[in-house]
Amino acid sequence: MRRSSRKSGSAAIPVTSSSGVSDLFRCATSKAVSKEMERIDQLFHAYMDKSLGMVGPEGIESFCLAVGIDHTDVRILMLAWKMQAEKQGYFTLDEWRRGLSALHADTILKIRKRLQELEKEVMRPTNFLDFYVYAFCYSLAEEKQKNIDIESACELLTVVLGFRFPLQVSKFIEYLKSQNDYKVINLDQWTSFLRFCNEINFPSLDNYDAELAWPLILDNFVEWMRENL
Amino acid sequence: MEEKTLKDMKEEEIRKMEKKTLKDMKEKEEKEEEMRKLELMLSNIEIKGLSNETLDGIKCMTLYTDIYIVATDSNQVFNAKMYSKYKEFHNDYLNDIVLPHLRLHHGEFLLKEFETSWAHYSKVIHNRLHLYFRYLGRYYVAREKLLNLNDVGNRCFIDLLYEEMRSRVMDAVICLINKERDGAKIDRELVKKVVNVFEELKLYEDIFEERIVAGTKDYYSKKASLWISENSCPEFMLKVEECLEKEENMVRDCMKPATEQKIVSEVEHKLLVLHSTQLFDKEYSGLKKLLEDGKVVDLARMYRLYSRVHDGLQHVCLAFKNHVTAQGMALVRQTEIEVNKHVVKNDVGALQNQQVHLIMEFIKLHEVYLSYVNDYFQSNSMFFKVLKEAFEVFCNKSIAGVSPAELLSIFCDQTLKKKSCDNDKSTEDTIDDVVKLLVYISDKDMFAEFHRKKLARRLLFNKSDSDEHERYLLTKLKQKCGRHFTSKMEGMVTDLTLCQDTTASFTDYLRDNPDMNPGFDLTVTVLTIGFWPSYKTCTFNLPPEMLRCVEAFKQFYQTRTKRTRITWLFSLGTCTIVGKFEPKTMDLIVTTLQASVLLLFNSANRLSYSDIKDQLDLPEEDVTRLLHSLSCAKYKILKKEPDTKTISKTDYFEFNSMFTDRLKRIKVPFPLVDDRKKVIETVVSDRRHAIEAAIVRIMKFRKVLGHHQLMSECAEVLSSTFRPDFKIIKLQIESLISRDYLERDSKDHSVYRYLA
Repeated sequence: MRRSSRKSGSAAIPVTSSSGVSDLFRCATSKAVSKEMERIDQLFHAYMDKSLGMVGPEGIESFCLAVGIDHTDVRILMLAWKMQAEKQGYFTLDEWRRGLSALHADTILKIRKRLQELEKEVMRPTNFLDFYVYAFCYSLAEEKQKNIDIESACELLTVVLGFRFPLQVSKFIEYLKSQNDYKVINLDQWTSFLRFCNEINFPSLDNYDAELAWPLILDNFVEWMRENL
Repeated sequence: MEEKTLKDMKEEEIRKMEKKTLKDMKEKEEKEEEMRKLELMLSNIEIKGLSNETLDGIKCMTLYTDIYIVATDSNQVFNAKMYSKYKEFHNDYLNDIVLPHLRLHHGEFLLKEFETSWAHYSKVIHNRLHLYFRYLGRYYVAREKLLNLNDVGNRCFIDLLYEEMRSRVMDAVICLINKERDGAKIDRELVKKVVNVFEELKLYEDIFEERIVAGTKDYYSKKASLWISENSCPEFMLKVEECLEKEENMVRDCMKPATEQKIVSEVEHKLLVLHSTQLFDKEYSGLKKLLEDGKVVDLARMYRLYSRVHDGLQHVCLAFKNHVTAQGMALVRQTEIEVNKHVVKNDVGALQNQQVHLIMEFIKLHEVYLSYVNDYFQSNSMFFKVLKEAFEVFCNKSIAGVSPAELLSIFCDQTLKKKSCDNDKSTEDTIDDVVKLLVYISDKDMFAEFHRKKLARRLLFNKSDSDEHERYLLTKLKQKCGRHFTSKMEGMVTDLTLCQDTTASFTDYLRDNPDMNPGFDLTVTVLTIGFWPSYKTCTFNLPPEMLRCVEAFKQFYQTRTKRTRITWLFSLGTCTIVGKFEPKTMDLIVTTLQASVLLLFNSANRLSYSDIKDQLDLPEEDVTRLLHSLSCAKYKILKKEPDTKTISKTDYFEFNSMFTDRLKRIKVPFPLVDDRKKVIETVVSDRRHAIEAAIVRIMKFRKVLGHHQLMSECAEVLSSTFRPDFKIIKLQIESLISRDYLERDSKDHSVYRYLA
């Protein structure tokens, strides 16, 4: 994911596509859509940080409160994924619209409901990898950064994979915290870990072959596991 | 007119017919008469008389004519009868005369009888019969396409005597041959004659060869088990060699050449193949023992014998490999024990001696076993290969933490320092041996780095015995390992040769500019960065005398070239200082830094540690070492207060005016820092770069490559320099991925793609 600096488009409020079309062909659905969009926009403005022109961390916090989830909950991350939000902690109007219109959720209530379904959607194997990779890129703090530090990686792993592969995640985090060779995790290692959870028997590790193309960090992890059995 | 009545006509006809019938009857009678005559004649043909050697000429003619008449008779019935009679004559003879005779005899006599019977039968009897019946053969037999008369003779013989030949005759032959095998002398001519009989009968392969080979099999099966249990390995092999020779001899003499291979392979199989394991594993004389005892004649014989058998040498080869490896490993272990003793006592000199000794032992071992392969194993490539494998095993074992690459470089260093008249072996031969050993060491780059360091020291301190030898070694290394291996070292040697030029020009310069002359004999060696190992540069306060020297050279060098910059390495220089001691004036050969310390005492008699340190502006550890070498070591040029063995920051130093030595000119040693670790670090980091470069090159060329292939190609590319650790290769691959040089294929995670 390329990081490009986004200036918030706060000043210009782009008109929805439907209203861009000539009024002659406006149909009932598009009217409904535009209505939905209006409500979404309203929500946006409710949580928007005026000085930034987009929803900031505080806005998100209050939004979460309203929806009834913790702001560290994985579902907000999933929402961010749906929005394809670029910067962690901020939602631009475009992103907001993208996410919520995809969910067809224009009220808090609907959002609450849709979030349950969203969870299921993300869990589908085809989407999960995408979400997983997105989570990594989303957590990259700065522009040109390519790695996440160990601490954040551990937290992110718990959030994103903890419910699905609890044993692997907890052991891996234990290993990461105990070793000194690696101070950061890069994307290649991140994606390989998911593959590791999917393919390798745990905790037996009997089908792991260090001669294959697994990243060295996983070779070391397996070695550590075997030593500390 | 006579009227012929029908009756008349009929009567005439009848009469005609009667006449005819009569005529026919008469003819028939005549014919029958003839036939009877002929039959009589046939049955009368006295063949019995044929057995006699001489036959009446007239009788011959009579017989031939009789047969001729019968054969030419218009009635062809007799031809067939004659043909069968012909056969009958043969069979009668065989049954009545030949067979009974054969049955009367046994053994050798049987063979004689067999041979003579055949000779008589085929030459005399058969030929005669053939003679008489020739007319029949020419026309009747050819026309009816029957078996021609010649072959009939053979056929009859074969039909009647087949079993006899196969069993009794062949038994007799085998018996005779076995007698010869057991050592008796036999009548080989007889065997040859028997062979000829079979050849003429075209039964050589079917009967003779087959049974002879079977007989050989039996004979040697029995002998093999007997001999194997009775004899030691060398004795057995000797027997085998003799047997093979004898068999070849016999077959060539008596039988057809094609049989040789069949017999020999039977012998080989029974003697060499079936019992090979038993033979090799013999406890006191088996393969292992032969190698241990160095029984080269027996080993050579074993090679000769087993090289005849398909895949026969595998076992021998393996035993050889194990033996050499065991020898090498024993040396390694022994040296390890010795070395550890010296390490405990901190005896550096003895330690080095052991290390050098090990290399010499390796060289000797190599010579011995190389000669084995060349002299006794007929330079077989399989044996070269296992020799290499064996050496690769123990030549890569570290001794007390010192890698073999380093050991070899130490050995090299000593060899090149020594005077060439020392060894009985010329230095060049030793250098050749070193290069041969280097081939087996996997960390060649480690050797290169150590050698470079030591070479630098030798060149700078003029310890090298001969420039020629240095160059010779470098040439050999270049041949074996490539240009890049020796490029830096060659540069170093070249630098020194250029130095002579520079020194000459410098002397001229000083002559032309006398005011620049520092007043001392100054030699400056200019080193090209990159060729030489990197040395720590230290800036410190030079004594004024030296400052003048430095200035002079600097000015001179500016005149030569304005572009290059020179940095001074004082830690590598040497200095000869005249020490005016009270007992006598002496020359002290010291390093530049030591000299600087001593020169301080020209202006002050007594100095404290901190004084010295401040004045020189050197780091503490250097100061400590310098002072130690001048006050606590072999030559106490400075007096130390307090007079302890170690330097402390509160010490005071004084010029020792009473210092003296037996010699007028002494070298004050300055122990060098152990930079081994640095060398190893340099090599390790160079390796990382080399691995990365290799990976990029390979991927650039291949574009897409699987993990395993990349790893193995990488290892192969680098194999001439060192053996890369797979973990490090993996690390570099990952590093390249994170820097976007490579990526993993999205579908198959073990495949990499090159990102341009």
